[in-house]
Amino acid sequence: MASLWFWIIAAMITTYVVLDGFDLGAGAIYLIAAKTNGERRRVLRAIGPVWDGNEVWLLAAGGTLYFAFPQLYASSFSGFYLPLMIVLWLLILRGIGIEFRAHIENRIWQTFFDVVFSISSILLSVFFGAALGNVVRGVPLDSSGYFFEPLWTDFKLGPHTGILDWYTVLTGMLALVTLTAHGSYYVALKTDEDLGRRARGFALLCWPAQFFLTFSTLVATYFIRPEIMANYAKHKIGILVPIVVIASLAVMLWANPKGKEKLAFVASSLYITAMLAGAAFALYPVVLPARDHQYDLTIYNTAAGAHGLRVGLAWWTFAAVLVVGYFVFVYRMFRGKVQVEEGHY
Amino acid sequence: MESALLIHRLHFAFTATFHYLFPQLTMGLALLIVVLKTIGLRRNDPVYHEAARFWGRIFGINFALGVVTGIPMEFQFGTNWSHFSRFAGGVIGQTLAMEGMFAFFLESSLLGLFLFGEKRLSPKAHWLSAFAVFVGSWLSGYFIIATDAFMQHPVGYYKAADGSLQLASFWDFVLNPWAGWQFAHNMCGAAITGAFVMTSVGAFYLLSGKWTTHARVFVKAGVIAGFVFSILQIFPTGDRQGKMVTELQPATLAAMEGLFHGQPGAPLVIVGQPNEQQGKIDNPIEVPKMLSMLTYRRWSAHVRGLDSFPRQDWPGNIPLLYYSYHIMVGLGTFFVAIMVVAMFLLWRGRLYSARWMLWILMLAAPFPYIANTAGWMTAELGRQPWLVYGLMRTEDGYSRTVSAGNGMFTLLGFMGIYTVLGILFLFLSWREIEHGPLAGNESMSNLHPATEAR
Repeated sequence: MASLWFWIIAAMITTYVVLDGFDLGAGAIYLIAAKTNGERRRVLRAIGPVWDGNEVWLLAAGGTLYFAFPQLYASSFSGFYLPLMIVLWLLILRGIGIEFRAHIENRIWQTFFDVVFSISSILLSVFFGAALGNVVRGVPLDSSGYFFEPLWTDFKLGPHTGILDWYTVLTGMLALVTLTAHGSYYVALKTDEDLGRRARGFALLCWPAQFFLTFSTLVATYFIRPEIMANYAKHKIGILVPIVVIASLAVMLWANPKGKEKLAFVASSLYITAMLAGAAFALYPVVLPARDHQYDLTIYNTAAGAHGLRVGLAWWTFAAVLVVGYFVFVYRMFRGKVQVEEGHY
Repeated sequence: MESALLIHRLHFAFTATFHYLFPQLTMGLALLIVVLKTIGLRRNDPVYHEAARFWGRIFGINFALGVVTGIPMEFQFGTNWSHFSRFAGGVIGQTLAMEGMFAFFLESSLLGLFLFGEKRLSPKAHWLSAFAVFVGSWLSGYFIIATDAFMQHPVGYYKAADGSLQLASFWDFVLNPWAGWQFAHNMCGAAITGAFVMTSVGAFYLLSGKWTTHARVFVKAGVIAGFVFSILQIFPTGDRQGKMVTELQPATLAAMEGLFHGQPGAPLVIVGQPNEQQGKIDNPIEVPKMLSMLTYRRWSAHVRGLDSFPRQDWPGNIPLLYYSYHIMVGLGTFFVAIMVVAMFLLWRGRLYSARWMLWILMLAAPFPYIANTAGWMTAELGRQPWLVYGLMRTEDGYSRTVSAGNGMFTLLGFMGIYTVLGILFLFLSWREIEHGPLAGNESMSNLHPATEAR
């Protein structure tokens, strides 16, 4: 039962990154790719009707994590106190950046919210990447089952790690590049003319960096945590992860210059899915590794009671069906290229 | 250690108090917008549709702030109250996760359709989107109330071998009797905020002589809703809530009422200052025997005072609890008084020209916010010294690993950001009000990029 919840939550987090990832990526290229007010409004309209729903995946994943693994929630949220608070502030700024811009037709007002939106999107991407890096690298948990990490210490992988060290900065950069490319494909898919062309150009620029960072991160991960290979050695199915990663990178490289934005976007989504699934697969059944392995938090020592987990499965499944319905409906409603003459933003 | 506890309490209290300024209007307006749209559909009256659109715009700004200030609440259980989360997460994680899965997705997906999809949808489908937003916001309220109700009156759990609480009965937990009345009481409070705000804007327009047709709709809808919900707020919901406190949290009742000494025929203190040192109320104005009557329906009933409970089980901040409760009740009574008079004038057809009453209605809008805040302070201060009533003390629940210095850093950060958000909210709402119920209709829909492109 706990294993099932592990994979449910991994799937929810992946859905969050794939969906809100393009909002963040669109924010990252926003200031440069969208030059005129009309173009900026088109980017905002492309994500406007969906960004809030996308962000709910993060909240719902957090809530589900709380429900299924209360001890993990307690340890990780208090241990990652500072970065989480900064993420909260950035989410607030990103939200008002999108929502408040259109209320007043004034260039100074709009430029201010443009900058707020873009910078918070960029920093969120980096923080999310660094967060994942922390989970893979391990945190200084002790026998109490708690830890606290400052934002940074000496940027080395010693016993007193901070949130940011050279490894998590690397994963943060990988996340930024990945989501920037992802958002670029999305903007290219939803818009046309100069804006669409510039978005494609951005994606093209991202590709070599994404390729290089993917492999350097994987190599670095192997050296700092060789044990991540254990599950791959044990279960043959793990081979799918590198295959999908390489294939989707290749498809992105091929499809983007040909103007097949949809294919490139799908490939980028698959890339994100494979990378996150690969990380979850490598960690399982550990949910938060300790620097000292005897204190690892696993699905077994953090899960809620069996009855609660069983009951939860009933309502979660029901809710998930509804959620898929809403998303299909909303995305169909706003499908196709952004219409310039209607809508808020 | 002591100071870290204080910082974590302030952290949650500040962010929760600020956050709840927005959802109370969201939930209240959501109901009123559905009413306006229903009337608009049935009578085919454009004024009601325009009124619904105008309030939809205010709703949109308000909702955005509710969302962005709400996200930190869900995180803070873990960040600032990790020992509590570890202790009770096996139970309350249920409702918090359900809120995300059932309410947030529904609201966030359909809000866009409600706010910007009127042209794409048929009138009935658009009504349905408004209704869905209403259901989502009230559902969200229920999950939060059910979570709080567990902390006030834990049911449906068992204690696991490691000392944590785990779910024993889903239905006992979700249908906690405390949650039912608290939800009813809380939602009446939200509806009162919505009604008073709507009335206030209508009164402002009438007094200014602008958009009077729409203003009459606002005042009429607001006064009728305000009248109904202010009465429901006291009876039965407030009364039943009080009974539950009497029965299940007797020390809380004594502290709320400022009853230091238990006695038969206990008086109800209307005004006075609790003096903890001497165990009495200074400068009291009391109604003799009234407290016994209200709590037990008998004039001579014995009500337990604070002296019946060990000192360490008294709520920690008795004066603040006492004042919060008295402010809530005082304002609640005042709302009934205003709305009864306004309703009478409305019935006689004199309300729209009774300028003195319109002034009162216009100026009354901030008070439901104060009453709702005071109500929540009563509930949460009243629960002290417990975090989960009878099971975990507040001092045992906060995050030990997060120092006071780190807590203060983020508390100050939130204070700064929330100050900016508060100013933005007032500024943007004022602009919508100033532009009026008709002007805004255009400004949203005719933003043609062609004319704006630089």
